Amino acid sequence: MAESGVIVPNKVVIIGGSTGSIEVLLQLLPALQSPLAFSVVIVLHRKNTADSTLANLLSLKTAIPVKEVDDKDILQPGHIYLAPADYHLLIELDGSFSLDDSEKVNYSRPSIDVAFESAADVFGPALIGVLLSGANADGTNGLIAIKQAGGQVVVQQPETAQVAFMPQQAILRSQPDYILDVPGLIALLTTGI
Amino acid sequence: MIEEEEVDLLLNDLVDLYGYDFTHYARASLKRRINRLWSLDRFPSFAELRYRVRSDSDYLKRFVEELTVNVTEMFRDPLFYKALRTEVLTALAAKPFIRVWHAGCSTGEEVFSMAILLKEANLLHKSLLYATDLNPEVLEAARNGIFAMGPMKQYSENYILSGGIHDFSIYYTAQYGYVKFDEELTRKMVFSTHNLVSDRSFNEFDLILCRNVLIYFDKALQERVFTLFDESLGPLSFLALGAKETIKFSSIQAKYKQIGSEKLWRKVG
Ligand SMILES: C[S@@+](CC[C@H](N)C(=O)[O-])C[C@H]1O[C@@H](n2cnc3c(N)ncnc32)[C@H](O)[C@@H]1O
Repeated sequence: MAESGVIVPNKVVIIGGSTGSIEVLLQLLPALQSPLAFSVVIVLHRKNTADSTLANLLSLKTAIPVKEVDDKDILQPGHIYLAPADYHLLIELDGSFSLDDSEKVNYSRPSIDVAFESAADVFGPALIGVLLSGANADGTNGLIAIKQAGGQVVVQQPETAQVAFMPQQAILRSQPDYILDVPGLIALLTTGI
Repeated sequence: MIEEEEVDLLLNDLVDLYGYDFTHYARASLKRRINRLWSLDRFPSFAELRYRVRSDSDYLKRFVEELTVNVTEMFRDPLFYKALRTEVLTALAAKPFIRVWHAGCSTGEEVFSMAILLKEANLLHKSLLYATDLNPEVLEAARNGIFAMGPMKQYSENYILSGGIHDFSIYYTAQYGYVKFDEELTRKMVFSTHNLVSDRSFNEFDLILCRNVLIYFDKALQERVFTLFDESLGPLSFLALGAKETIKFSSIQAKYKQIGSEKLWRKVG
C-alpha cells in the first residue's frame, strides 16, 4: 500500500454529487482496495424513494462494506457510507451520524453543503471533500467550509463531468487543491499522488 | 458560526429561564438550526441573539419553534401506512376501544392520515387519537384541520400507494388555496402539549407513533423516551418509529418483536 500522499488512516473522504455522479462512483469504487484505510461518505441527490437500490448497486462494485446510514451509526474506517434519501446527513463530535429531515437546502435533501459543513466541523484537516458532476450549485459552500477547516478540496474536471455546472461553481468559488478527471481521482484515492 | 461553548450557554439559558431542556438533542443538527436562526433573524453577534432569547418571551416562542424541525407530510412513507392497514389495524379491530398516541405530531398530517386509515377500516367510531407536541403553535394548526392545497396531489399519490382506494379529495373541502378536512376526522382527535424530555406517561395505548422525532435526540434521551413509551403501551400493543429510527440497542428491545421490514414493533414481553 502506498504510504505517501494525502490519505493516511483515520482520514475521511466525503464525496458529493448529483446528475452524472453515480457513473463516476461505479468506476471509482471497484478501484478502491479492501481493506480501506480511511472511510468514505457518499452524499448524492437522488429521488426520494426510500428503497435501498442505490446502496445495493454500489455494494456490487466493491468488497468494501457499503452501508446506508441509520440514525446514530458510528463512522468507522474501512467502510463506505451512503446518505439515505430524504434526510440531511450530519456528523457528531463523537463520530456518530445524525439524520435530520429539516427543510431542503439548494432544493435538495440530502444537501451536500449540509453534510460537508458538518463533516468539516468535526474532521477538520483529516477531511477530503470531493465534488462530482451535477446541475445544481449544492456542494460549493461545503467545500469552502472544508477548506477553511484545513481539509483538502477535490473537484471533478468539468469537461469530464456529465453535467459541468456543479464542479464549475465549485472551481469558481472554493479554490480546489485538485481538479481531476476520473482516472486522476482514482489515482489520488488509491495511491495518494 | 456559533461555537460549542455558545451553544451550551444558550441551552443553559433555555433550561434556567424557561424549563425547556434541549441539552440532550443531537448536537450537529441543533447547532445548524441555531446558525440558521442567527442568520435568518440577522443578529449582528452571538451576544445579541442571546440577549433576545433571554429577554423577549415572544421571541422565545419563535426560537423554540424554529429550533425544532416541524417538517411533515400526509402518508409519508406509503408502505409504512400500508403495513399499518394490514398488520396493525387488523390486529386491533377486535378491541372494544382503540387508543392511539402520536408523540411529536407537528402540524397533524400524520394524525389525519391515521384517522383516514381508521375510518377506512371501520374503526374510527371506537378510536381516540391523542396527538401531542412540544410546540403549542403547531398543535393549534393541527387542531384546525386546515392545510395548504399545494401538496395535496403528492398526498393523494401517497394515499393510493398506501392502499387507499378512494379519491383522496372526498376527505376535504377546498377553498382559496386551502383544504379543510372533515370534522368527522377531527372529532376523534385530542391535541395537547407534551414534552418528551420532561413529561410523564398519561395513558395506556394500543399504538404509539413517534416518527422522525428521535433522530433529533441523543442516545440517552432516546432511552428515556423508549422507557416512557414502554410504560404507556399495553400488552400486544404496537410502536411505530420513523424510517431511520430503531429500538435496536435500547433496553426495551427484548420485549418487542419487529413486524416485517417496516419500523413497527409489537409488545410481546
Ligand atoms: C420532524 S417532526 C415529525 C412529524 C411527524 N411525526 C412526521 O414524521 O411527519 C418532529 C416534531 O417533534 C416535535 N418535538 C421535538 N422535540 C420534542 C419534545 N421534546 N417533545 C415533544 N415533541 C417534540 C417537534 O416540535 C416537531 O413537531
